[in-house]
This record gives sequence, C-alpha cells and structure tokens, in this order.
Amino acid sequence: MDEKKHRLIMDRISKHFPGVKALTNVSFRMFPGEIHVLMGQNGAGKSTLIKVLTGVYSIDSGEIRLDDKEIRAQSPLEAQELGISTVYQEVNLCTNLTVSENIFIGREPMKRGRIDWKEMHAEAKVLLKRLNVDIDPTKQLGEYSVAIQQMVAIARALNISAKILILDEPTSSLDSNEVNELFKVMRKLKSEGLAILFVTHFLDQVYEMSDRITILRNGEFVGEYKAEELSRMELVSKMIGKEMDEMEQVQELVESHSSIGHQSPFLETKQLARKGSIERFDLKLYPGEILSLAGLLGSGRTEIARILFGADRADQGELKIKGRSVNLKSPRIAIDNGIAFCPENRKSEAIIDDLTIRENIILAMQASLGIFKYLPKKKQTEFADEYIKLLNIKAPGPETLIKNLSGGNQQKVILGRWLLTNPDLLILDEPTRGIDVGAKAEIMKQMGLLCQKGMSILFISSELEEVVRTSHRIAILRDRHKIAEIDNHNVSQQDIMKAIAGGVPNEK
Amino acid sequence: MNVFKLDRRYFPILVTVALFIVMFAAGSIEYNGFFSLQVFLNLLIDNAFLLITAVGMTFVIITGGIDLSVGSMIAFTTMLSATLVQNHHWSPWVVIPFVLLVGSFFGWSMGCLIQYFKLQPFIVTLAGMFLARGLCYLISIESITIDNEWYKTVSQTKVYLFGKNYISISVIIALVVVAAAIYIAHFTKFGRNVYALGGSEQSSLLMGLPVARTKVLVYTLSGFCSSLAGVVFTFYMLSGYGLHAVGMELDTIAAVVIGGTLLTGGTGYVVGTIFGVLIQGIIQTLIMFQGTLSSWWTKIAIGMLLFLFILLQKVFISRKKKSGAAA
Repeated sequence: MDEKKHRLIMDRISKHFPGVKALTNVSFRMFPGEIHVLMGQNGAGKSTLIKVLTGVYSIDSGEIRLDDKEIRAQSPLEAQELGISTVYQEVNLCTNLTVSENIFIGREPMKRGRIDWKEMHAEAKVLLKRLNVDIDPTKQLGEYSVAIQQMVAIARALNISAKILILDEPTSSLDSNEVNELFKVMRKLKSEGLAILFVTHFLDQVYEMSDRITILRNGEFVGEYKAEELSRMELVSKMIGKEMDEMEQVQELVESHSSIGHQSPFLETKQLARKGSIERFDLKLYPGEILSLAGLLGSGRTEIARILFGADRADQGELKIKGRSVNLKSPRIAIDNGIAFCPENRKSEAIIDDLTIRENIILAMQASLGIFKYLPKKKQTEFADEYIKLLNIKAPGPETLIKNLSGGNQQKVILGRWLLTNPDLLILDEPTRGIDVGAKAEIMKQMGLLCQKGMSILFISSELEEVVRTSHRIAILRDRHKIAEIDNHNVSQQDIMKAIAGGVPNEK
Repeated sequence: MNVFKLDRRYFPILVTVALFIVMFAAGSIEYNGFFSLQVFLNLLIDNAFLLITAVGMTFVIITGGIDLSVGSMIAFTTMLSATLVQNHHWSPWVVIPFVLLVGSFFGWSMGCLIQYFKLQPFIVTLAGMFLARGLCYLISIESITIDNEWYKTVSQTKVYLFGKNYISISVIIALVVVAAAIYIAHFTKFGRNVYALGGSEQSSLLMGLPVARTKVLVYTLSGFCSSLAGVVFTFYMLSGYGLHAVGMELDTIAAVVIGGTLLTGGTGYVVGTIFGVLIQGIIQTLIMFQGTLSSWWTKIAIGMLLFLFILLQKVFISRKKKSGAAA
C-alpha cells in the first residue's frame, strides 16, 4: 500500500471512560475520494470514534494523522479548521436565521467593518448550486425541510474547506427521494476528491454508496473490507458477533411450554402503519407467548413498540385487542387495555432519577388508579418489597434512590413497575442492553416465568442469541418493513441473520 | 404565487405598527388637538428612558434570557448621580461616564454568573434587582434633588424641529441608541451571534461561535442601557430617589414583547421595540386626553395587549412549526 495516498490514518486508538472501554486499539483510515462506511451495533464505538476524530473527546493512546501530519484536535472548532467537518443526524443549525447566515455565521464576509449581506447571499447561492440545491438563501432556514437543512449543513461544512466530511446517520429522517438527492451530492463530492465518512444503519444504503467498510464491535476493530468483497451475510455476522451466554435454562423454560394452542390472540394488527416510521404490518400476539422483533437498529423495531403502546399514533390500519377494535391514542389508553412498555432508553424514558425504588415501582400503578386515589405508604412498601424479592433486585431497601443502582437493577425496578399493573401484554424494548450477564439471565428467566403464567410478551433485542433462546416466534424487520415471521423451532442465529441481511445468501 | 407575499418574519412587527397607527388615528378622530406632531414627539420625550432600557432588553430577550434588574438599576443610577453631583460636587462630565461604567459592570457580573455558573437569568437578575434597589437606600432613604446648573440646562433644553415642535436631549440620546442597536443587531458579528444563540445554544456551540462571550456581553449591554436610561431619567426628574422606576423592568419586558420579540428567543427586532414603547406611551396619552379615567387604566390596557400578543406569538410559532414540517 502506498502510504502517501492516505488522507487520514487513525492508528491503534484507545479511549476509556470510567468503567468502560469505549475503544480498544481501533484503527481506521480513509483515502481521498472515497466513501467509507463505519458499521457496528449500538455501543460498538462508532460515535466515540467520530467524537475522537472531531475533537469532542481526547484519546488515551494512539495516533491520528491527517495528510501525514499528526493532529490532535481539542475541540470541534479546531477539527473544523483542520478540515474535518461533521453533519449530525440532528441538524445542528439555527432555524431562526437565514440560510446564508447558517452557512457563514462566524465567518461572515465583511465590508468596511460591517457584514456584507449581499456578498453573503450571493456566495451562499453559488455554494448551494454546487450541491444541486436551488433555494432562496435570504429566507429563514426553518422554512425548509430537514433534507434541505441537511444540505445547508453540508454546504457549511464544505465552506470551511473540508478534507473529511463526516455524515452521521444523515438519512434516518429523509424519505427515499431525498435520500437519492443526498446520494447524488455525495457522489459528486467524492469525485471531487473529498473523503466521506458515512454512518448508517441501512444495509441497502451501505452497499449502494460505500467503497470501503470498517466494522467495530464492542469498541474493538473487527476489520476493514472492500464493499464488493464483503457479503451482507458476513457483514451482519461480523457486526453482531457470537457471544455465548449461559442461558440454556431460559431456553428450556420457554420450550417447555410452546403449546400456545389455538387460543384467540390478545392483540392483533391489520395493515397498521405510521408514515415515516414503519410500513404496514400484521402482527398477532397470543397469551403465553414471547414474540421477538429482530432487525438492526432503525429497522422499525422500536417504532412498532411505540405504536402498540400508544406513544406514537398509527395513521392507517386497524388494531384489535381481544377481538375489539381499539384506537390507542395515548399510553394511558394502552395501560387501561393491559399493555405495559419498558422503553429502550432506560435513562430518559423510564427511571426517575431522584425517586426511590418504591416510588419508581408505584408510578405506573398510581397512574392507572388516578392521581387522587392515594395508596397508603405501608401498601406501597409492601409492593416494593415484594418485587425487590421477586426480581432479586440488589439494593439496601425500598427507600434507596434508583439512580444509585446498577443498570441491571434499574431495569428490574422498571420491570417491577409494570408487573404491578398486572398487564396482559408486556413490551420489552432492549431490556438487556448495557447490563451485566447475570442480570440479563435473570431478566430472561422472568420473561419465561411470566409467559408461563399466560402473559403475552413482545421482546426486542439486538442480541440474536437472546432472541433465539427466548422467543416462540420471531418477526424479522428490515428498513422499516416487516419482511418475515419465523416459528422458532430450531432456528439458528444464522437463519435470522440471513433474513435480516436480505438479498441472496450466496451473493458475493 | 402572491406577488405581495410577505416574509412571515415581519408579521409580528407589522401587527404592532398597525396597532399603533390605529390607536393614533382613533385618538385623532376622538379628541381635539390629538393629531399633532408634538403629541407624537411627547411620546418620545416622556418615554426616552423606557426606550433606551427596552433596547438593551431586546438583545437579552433575543438570546432567550431576561433581565429583571433594569428598573432598580435606573433608580440606583439616579441615586448615585444625585449624590455624586449634589453631595460630592463631582463634575457631571465625570459622573455620567462613571455611572455608565458602574451599570455596565453590574450587567457584566450578572452575565458572568449566568454563563459560568449556569444559573437561570431570571433568578440572577432578580437578585440583581433587589441588590440595586437596596443599594439606593444605602446612599439615602430620602429623595435627593439636583440643582446643578448643567443638569438643569440639559433637562430644560428644547431642540426645535419643524417650527414650534421640539424634542429633548434625552430623545436624541434615545434615537442614537436605537440607531446603534439596529446597526449592531444586523451588521456586526456580535449581533448575529445574539440571534444564533437565541435560536439554539447547542448549535451555536457546535458551529464554533463564541457563546460565552456573547452571553456575557448581552447582559453587559443591558446594564449599560439601563444605566444610560438612569442618566436620562435623572434629566427627566432632576432628582435621585430609591423609589424611582419601580416596576419598570416589567414595563420594559412588556414593551419588548408587544414589539414582536419572542420570549423564547431567536426572533425580534429593535424597530418593533420602538413601537412597543410608543404603544405604551399612546395608551397613557389617550387616557390623559379622555380625562375621566384613572391612570390605572393604562395598566389594564397594557395587560390586555400583552395577553393578545402572547397569544399571537403562540399562533405564529405553531403555524411556523407546521409549515416547517410540511415543507
């Protein structure tokens, strides 16, 4: 390899946070005029790597070389000045300013000590033309769609003479036409010699755009591949890995009662859909069954969960609970219909930091009682004690603040919160993420026990191992479509990966 | 396409301007002698100090902050000026720069607390409000009358325009402040950073703008403006007193909001603020001409107007959001 041709070399980068190894000896390189996709599951270290490159974090060890010169950006501003610009998924511009200002603010063209608006608008127009965007730069940015705003963000990045452009999940809020427009621009910039680091979760887009793919897993470098030499199958298996857990017990538990019989489903959806989040899907959930949703991040897993809990509203299709058509307008109605939901984002959507375990457990039950029905403290403590024992929550007592517990124990408290409402359907979105193996196994065991008692469980996990072990049926999602449903009889992880990856398994 | 399509950004301002014109017209039709240039100029003469304060406040509110200390700062400035001139016999040429410096420093300190300790502007400037008011009484609990010749002259000078119509020196100061503010807001980097900061602090940081400096400077500017308003108020009253300008901070905020500046930050114009001040002035004038209503009706009218304008802003914002999502 001709070393001189590299635009960027990140050599054996390590970054530790207290208690977490975010990156361990990760290497990454880019050439001018290429689109390089960075892939990995959540927590694989993608965003840490980007943040290290853009100066948000400093590295513990390793070396970053840009055009063969060692760099160490201390802030995003410094990185920008070196030629490394980032366009984030959430467009970080000011919608109250004009389009031109958003491109130039901080570096406005000046004339006789004052801002030269005319020049600024004219330059903005030229710059946007280069990106095939024909809009009025004197208008407020907020008047344009997210897709246009993203283009404006790219224009800003390019104006700071970018050598490396980082696009962090730029397509997740765009529709397919907008994505195509973006891709055209990316190809154009690539042909002009820009190195583009592209992060996406959409496999089709990866193969459409990338020259080279780097895969990370658990903060470690898995490998760098040429896009045409890596099949989808291999890509998915490299991302997901095959860590084995001690969960045979759980599997037995689930298998011991796979006799769902032919009861009527607790919940049934017909062609339910929500624009921009999930295409039409049919789903049936039977009492005493665990149904898993498998798919990569952004494939529509969480979106389905949110619709079934009334957190988002479906805009077409029908939903039936126990044979009755129900309109789940709000989580409240879902709760009244016996549905419970442990969201994916434990920190921001589930636990309330400064309340005790007891208060966190009581929360959902109190909500379903109505705020005026006071639950005596003694009763509350009884409930809390009961679930601390049942779920084996490791804490000094019910009055411990939840924020002082480990992730796994917090998750159990949330589980307890919903079990207390005695739901018919329990939705668990990534309940095992970021918690230790022991707690994982315990949560999975609880799932088995609950479904034995007749509860219906919808389980979402990125860990295929868990999915295969715990579920009776598996629904496969890709790119916001439900594409298949598999009965879990001796299905291997391989089969699921194949389904997730789509395409022809033998493709090379 | 509508040829006369109006930029939605100017909509709140236009409502304010239209309202002012309607009120002025109504007054002119209803009352004899209302329709004259002098009545209009009197609005400026009587509200010059409010205008100056409101200009500083506009910048603060555009960043999404608030400054509750301005009324007390005016009182403190009158008090400090009066005692220095009357009791310590300082020259007005030293007193005025000195009090302006004190006001700016006061604003700067509050800005630093807000920025570097991540405190709420509301609570920091509330503390500033009590502090400045309290400091007045440290100087004296009585009113101090100024009989310095220079102050008297400035106070009584009439600058004639168009025949017998006149304005005061305070009005000239206020107009200079307004002109400077418009220039700063639209033609300097600082001004644009203020708008960016109000739009999104997070984005401003990621775009590499000097967020900290801008925020501190905005409160410094507000401190400067309120102490300059204090100087003008001293000309107007020719005295220093701890009970001067009680509740003025709220009048100022009302003027800025009626002028079309959004309390959420990011949107607003100094020109709008001028009309916000003028509308408050004209309500007082109308009530004066009416003759039988108590002056408290001014507050009632301003109260109603504020409700109206906040509702209007809400509609404006929600419509903007909708169109943004649909675009």
